[in-house]
Formats: sequence, structure tokens, C-alpha cells
Amino acid sequence: MRYLRAFGRFWFDFIVGEDWRIAAGVVTVLALGALALRAELLSDSLLAVLIATAIVAVVVVSVVGAGYRSANRP
Amino acid sequence: MTSSQAGLLTAVFLASAVEFVEAFTIVLAMGVTRGWRSTLWGAAAGIATLAVVTAVAGYALVQWLPESALQLAVGTLLLIFGLQWLRKAILRAAGLKSLHDEEEAFREEREAALRAGREERMGLDWFAFVVSFKAVLLEGLEVVFIVITFGVNADSVPLAAAGAGAAGLLVLVSGAILHRPLARVPENTLKFAVGLLLATFGTFWAVEGLGFVTQSQASLDWPGGDAAILGLLAVWSAVSYLAVLALRRTVRAAV
Repeated sequence: MRYLRAFGRFWFDFIVGEDWRIAAGVVTVLALGALALRAELLSDSLLAVLIATAIVAVVVVSVVGAGYRSANRP
Repeated sequence: MTSSQAGLLTAVFLASAVEFVEAFTIVLAMGVTRGWRSTLWGAAAGIATLAVVTAVAGYALVQWLPESALQLAVGTLLLIFGLQWLRKAILRAAGLKSLHDEEEAFREEREAALRAGREERMGLDWFAFVVSFKAVLLEGLEVVFIVITFGVNADSVPLAAAGAGAAGLLVLVSGAILHRPLARVPENTLKFAVGLLLATFGTFWAVEGLGFVTQSQASLDWPGGDAAILGLLAVWSAVSYLAVLALRRTVRAAV
């Protein structure tokens, strides 16, 4: 069990890395995109651009958060 | 060669070069401090393990997942991995994370190697073997991950593997000639470039792969087709540059 946990931890650190919010944000954006695609709410091209914009926003929020935390560190 | 293949080759070559330089520094530190025999056995064992992992993971992915699902799953993994890489590069460039320094890394590894006791197993200096094995395996795993994700998505695994192989050969030959850490390689700049490429291709393929959820299961179309890759690269570059500027200002204001 200990080895299994260590194995899982390794792959989590390897792929998800330092800020889990990026992974959570990307998965959420893609899941919402998939729902919008299934519902045929928007054209494919517009949806692709909107999803990409949301992914960029996820990264911006993550780096701004890191900057804010660093600036407010005692 | 298409623009997509050229981007793939560039990204894999640069990413692999950076990882190989880091692995080389550790192997060199072990070799000159603890002796080459155990160090090279460790590196060889790391390469052999990587080869098995690549063969098993590559075969399993291609055999068990339908193509569109593969594009979505692998694209999403590459995107998450690439965005972490880009995030670290932005924080490094803004001064919020320390820059990678091969000379410093070499000194630290060398000191650790000098401090460590001597334990023999299977006729090998176990410390040199394990450190060398882990360095090659861990740095190499990132290369394997990038080769498989890029190769599978662009349907060019041999091209991706060739890019990684060329980078490995270049680092090995340069290292053998210089016999010192490759500190003059602009690693932090390369890492930024790789982060931009991983984020660009990751976004492109993950969004394309969403077509898996439709009835036709066909890839989602980007406006402009493959040309959208250049647009994405421009957007990621501009956003990263602005983020670095804004973060530097935040850091200066806080001092």
C-alpha cells in the first residue's frame, strides 16, 4: 500500500506539479467545453477559441496568485 | 515537413536537451567523485528502464485507446504538464523562483557524493549507482513523456524520438569533449521556450480532442486549421511576457 501511494504521489507530482489549480482548472474548462459541444451551443471554431481563452485565464490566475502570495509573505 | 512537425521536432529537441543537460551534470558529478564504473552502470540501468517504460506505455496507449480518445487524453496530460512548465518559467523570469544553475548543481552533487559513505552491493559503489540511475530515470521520464505525447498526437513518434535522440547525442558528445557541466547552455531561456511550445501544442490538441464527445467523434476544427498553432504560440508568448512584467513590478513594490 505504501509503495502504491508513493507511486501515485510520484505521478501526481510529475504531471500536476506545484499548483494543482492549473490541472483542476484545465479539466473543468475542458469538461464544460465538452458539454457545450454536445449541446451544440456554439460553432466549433468559436468554441475552440473560447476554450483556449479560458485555459489562458487559468494560467494567468495561477501566476498572479503566486505573485500575490510572494508579495504578501511576511 | 509540415509546420506542426517542425514545431514538434523543435519542442522535443529543446526539451530533451534541457533534461539531458541536467542528467549529465549529476552523472558527471558522480563519475569524477566516486568513479565511472558504478556511475555508468547506474546510467545504463536508467536508460534500460526508460526503454521498457516507453515501449510498454506507447504500446498500451496506441492499442487500448481509440484515436480520438487518445488525442483528448494525451492532449490534456500534455497541456497540464506544459502549463506547469510554463508557470515555472514565468515565475523564474520574474524572480519569484531561483534560476537553474548547472555549476551550482554540480557543486552540490559533488559535495553530497564526497560526504556519502561507501557501501558495496553487487560489486558496485551503491551510492554512485543509485544517484546516477535516478538522475537518468527521472530526467529521462520527462523526455519520454514529451516524446510519447507529441509523437502520438502528431502521429510522428519516430520523428519525436529522433529529435530526442539528436539532443541526447549532442549533450553527450559536448559533455565528453568538455568534461565539465554544460553551464553555458542557456537553460532557463530554453525552458521558457519549451514551456511556450508545450502550452501551445497542448492547447491545440486537447481542444481538438474534444471532438471525441460528439457523435462523429471527429476532431474539433480550429479556425484556420494548423495555422491556429502559430496564433496560439503568439498568444501564449504575449501573455507570458506581460505576466513576467507584472510580476516583476509586484516583486519590486513588495521590497
